[in-house]
Amino acid sequence: MTLHELTIEQAARGLRKKEFSAKELTQAVLDRIDAVDARVQAYLTVDREGAMAQAEAADQRLEKGNAMPLTGIPMGIKDLICTKGLRTTCASKTLENFVPPYDATVIRRLKDAGAVIVGKHNMDEFAMGATTEHSAFKITRNPWNLDRIPGGSSGGSAAAVAADMCLGALGSDTGGSIRQPASHCGVVGVKPTYGRVSRFGAAAFASSLDQIGPLGKTVMDCAILLNAISGPDPKDSTASPSPVPDFTQITGEGLSGITIGVDRAFMTAGGLDPQVRTAISNAIGTIESLGARCVDISLPHTQYAVAAYCVIASSEASSNLARYDGVRYGFRDKEQTDLLEMYTQSRSKGLGPEVRRRIILGTYALSAGYYDAYYGKASQVRTLIQNDFEKAFEVCDAIVSPVAPTPAYPIGDTIENPLSMYLLDLFTLSANLSGIPGISVPCGFSDDHMPVGLQIMCRHFDESTLFRIARQFEQQAGITGKPAI
Amino acid sequence: MKTSKEIVLKVARLARLDMDEADVDLFSSQLGTILDYVDTLNQVDTTGLVATSHATTTTNAFREDEEIPSLNLDIALANAPEKDDGAFLVPKVI
Repeated sequence: MTLHELTIEQAARGLRKKEFSAKELTQAVLDRIDAVDARVQAYLTVDREGAMAQAEAADQRLEKGNAMPLTGIPMGIKDLICTKGLRTTCASKTLENFVPPYDATVIRRLKDAGAVIVGKHNMDEFAMGATTEHSAFKITRNPWNLDRIPGGSSGGSAAAVAADMCLGALGSDTGGSIRQPASHCGVVGVKPTYGRVSRFGAAAFASSLDQIGPLGKTVMDCAILLNAISGPDPKDSTASPSPVPDFTQITGEGLSGITIGVDRAFMTAGGLDPQVRTAISNAIGTIESLGARCVDISLPHTQYAVAAYCVIASSEASSNLARYDGVRYGFRDKEQTDLLEMYTQSRSKGLGPEVRRRIILGTYALSAGYYDAYYGKASQVRTLIQNDFEKAFEVCDAIVSPVAPTPAYPIGDTIENPLSMYLLDLFTLSANLSGIPGISVPCGFSDDHMPVGLQIMCRHFDESTLFRIARQFEQQAGITGKPAI
Repeated sequence: MKTSKEIVLKVARLARLDMDEADVDLFSSQLGTILDYVDTLNQVDTTGLVATSHATTTTNAFREDEEIPSLNLDIALANAPEKDDGAFLVPKVI
């Protein structure tokens, strides 16, 4: 096995045993990027010098025998998370030249744990999209089939992990943006509980929904990464003071004592691809074979989740993105001599069509005379969606479902019809609306060999159960194989 | 139903976005499709329900009110499109 193919768990062991150095590992990842990223287009920025310097420091630590959990592990970061001194664009023209003066809390924590940051991943502009086609700079391709989308918005991160261009990544998930690309690219992706991870230094899209989380090659790698980034933060008042357990401590024999809830209406949903349905049904069978009990549950208001999400996410986005006015940072149309015209032209020229569409929708939903009918109504429906989950979790420990209704589809398929793209988030975005954690773990392939992911969701702050079920499933199911890129 | 062009233009003005004729056409049609779909929310009886504005039960996150160093002026201004004399420069307002 070549170094770039290692998991974080394997690499950390190899580094400690001095089988290879952090510099050799980082160089292998950089070489891999040189070899395949011209085709995949996952990276917006590769920091070769910075990465090698961090690897050098990691080797010194390893030499002294005081390595930390991520010492020498090459990581990639979604380009909406601020990295001090390293360009952070949100895949938007408006931030094309933005160099953050500080690290996001999650980046500081990764660096404190010894990680090597090799570069920044492409995404849908400001995380608005499900395909990574809505980047101002380039379209990322699915390593399993270069004509297909990698999913999104953390599509660059999922593609980079799948193609071994980093050992793990951090993405963000507002409506499925970690889990859905993880599913499409055959990697593991976790949306932690709302409040588990600080968002300080991550560009805000929809503040009541956004959550940062890990993407990795295995469930254990994601647990290692979530250990490193979780916990309260004086700089983010939404980061919860809840105690953070060691997520890598996966206890219990098999899955005995665990009850899994399945909403059969999800499995018969009209848009669900039969191949995805088969893969999910088989996965449920595997989970039962591990000793879990399966019960029927009902989440009747999920059918309204996309509509509620459209309103809530767009409303919050229209407010959050008001800051891109060309005054303190970002693109400015310097031709303008009038202040209002300078704001207007800077925003119109700096922000892409999908971002402008959502700002318009959100501004409309919040404007005088429409607020109650749209934002008010959607927020009430959100209460019903949360109540559904609370009721379901009275009878089960975890809910399993598809991640996405179809395997990754051809690039360009939804570009003309934004609503068709929004509808594909049906299974993922109710976890954001209710704040619960969710994971996507590979569970099979379509006939044309595109990966399919299984979603598991648990109660607030119960990522430990999430990791336990996902880990046991991963080992039992034995889904293997890498894209032939 | 297509959203009227007047509404799209009014909302664009509120959001400080400029639109050409083609944008207005496209957005009014796409926005109409999305809003028709959003109207399915009206099938749900929400009488008397409390609205949820966030997904956490955390309230009042307090911390010590301590003085900590902030970014120095040069670093804070490093990304400014235009600056002068330690300040962000904008077109003349008055």
